Amino acid sequence: MRLLPALDGTNEFFWTSGRDGVLRILRCGGCGYWLHPPSPRCPECGGRDLSPEAVSGRGRIVSYTINHQPWDGGDVPYALAIVALVEQAGLRLTTNIVESDLDRIEIGLEVSVVFENHDPVFLPLFELLDGQKP
Amino acid sequence: MTDFERRAVISGIGQSQIGRRLGRTGLDLTIEATLRAVDDAGLTLSDIDGLSTYPGGSPAGSSGFAGPGTPEVQDALRLHLNWHSGGLEGAAQLAAVVNAVMAVGSGLARHVLVYRTVTEATEQGSGGRQPIGAGGAGRVSGAMQWTLPFRAFSAANWLAMNAQRHFHEFGTTRDQLGMIAVTARRHAGLNPAAIYRDPLTLEDYLTARMITTPFGLYDCDVPVDGSTALIVSHADHARNVDHPVASVEAVGTALRGRPSWDQWDDLTTMAARDAAAHMWSRTDLKPSDVDVAELYDGFSFLTMAWLEAFGFCGRGESGPFVEGGERIGLGGVLPLNTHGGQLSAGRLHGFGFIHEACVQLRGDGGLRQVDGAEVAIVGNGGGPVAGAMLLTRADGR
Repeated sequence: MRLLPALDGTNEFFWTSGRDGVLRILRCGGCGYWLHPPSPRCPECGGRDLSPEAVSGRGRIVSYTINHQPWDGGDVPYALAIVALVEQAGLRLTTNIVESDLDRIEIGLEVSVVFENHDPVFLPLFELLDGQKP
Repeated sequence: MTDFERRAVISGIGQSQIGRRLGRTGLDLTIEATLRAVDDAGLTLSDIDGLSTYPGGSPAGSSGFAGPGTPEVQDALRLHLNWHSGGLEGAAQLAAVVNAVMAVGSGLARHVLVYRTVTEATEQGSGGRQPIGAGGAGRVSGAMQWTLPFRAFSAANWLAMNAQRHFHEFGTTRDQLGMIAVTARRHAGLNPAAIYRDPLTLEDYLTARMITTPFGLYDCDVPVDGSTALIVSHADHARNVDHPVASVEAVGTALRGRPSWDQWDDLTTMAARDAAAHMWSRTDLKPSDVDVAELYDGFSFLTMAWLEAFGFCGRGESGPFVEGGERIGLGGVLPLNTHGGQLSAGRLHGFGFIHEACVQLRGDGGLRQVDGAEVAIVGNGGGPVAGAMLLTRADGR
């Protein structure tokens, strides 16, 4: 029951990256800056040598909300979050936290990417890393 | 100072019937509001030589968000225009007013009709607040591809994460946030045109159903049908009208952070930070000079962000500032959303605030009038869009 992205030459690498279980983000070959969402020019150095590169898939929850409103008729409640990847300050994705106990979710917790298969799209979702005490 | 703002005044205001599911068309409501505003400004339709609106056009599937575009209104009223403009991109809803002020300041037009019309209550029917994109058959492209696949369907979801971050960093609580809604309802009780006027207690607020944490039902505004019209005139028209007018002191249109719901650098501030700072840079007035504040409350937290952006309290201090509600009541240091805001007076989408600012400056607020209101401030927008405006009372004839 997901709305899925329309794939194009700019975003296809991102949305299909999870086929091999690895998250990829566009990166500048000149200065190493990670760009998200994808864009044709590095805003840091002006470089044009940009290509997708694998990231660790690890990050932290910057913020979240537990949605209770049945906007799409699907199951509620569910957790939305903004996750910052560890590779670079401010490198963020809006996503879902996959967690049966929604009360465990807190800002600052470490998370790791998991993919939901909508072949050819693999949505990058995140789960809490084990062993954290909120 | 010869800033372009000082060459313009809001010489007339008008609103249509406002209500839930009126079943009237947007053009019909717009004409009603327009005729009232033109008459209020001491003009006739033949005097109107400029036309401006937000968002313009009628995007398919807008569910009552977009009113009629400028061609429809021009044709219906047979206006003879020197300048016209409509658009979604800019300093939030206030962009339409700022554009009109610029047109007058630059001499392109002398009397600009500015309007904003919504028919969201009728078009969304009884099915409740319509999510963005949900149920759509197609695939998502553009900026929405980064949120909708994760079932982040509404600005409620996106902004709830801004609020949650504020709670986390500054210890803000729902008891504090709730005072925005409770105070708005108290003021709506004094406004005959408001939608919801029955008293709302903090207990009512806290026990209402949750929408998306930390937002409950009363943190979200109420869709309505209605149109607001303003006449932005050259300042020298003030002497021709038989009531005080709202003189434009300064506008704020800056946008410096990444214009995105989730990539904005500091989630607790949003674009209000830049628009507010820009506005203060264009005037000698200070926050302590403001008599009444009309700050966007599509969701309650946005009003908190505006309070901080304008410097009515320190960064992160909006929770303690609104706690208990005394400071933001009619007798407080900063009477806030005196008509009831969009939370209780209806989602006229930004324009309800500028209308109310004019009402207060003219002394026409009736039971909700702030004594001696001479300076009013307006903030519109949330997330990555924001516009700010400072208005002062100027005498008419």
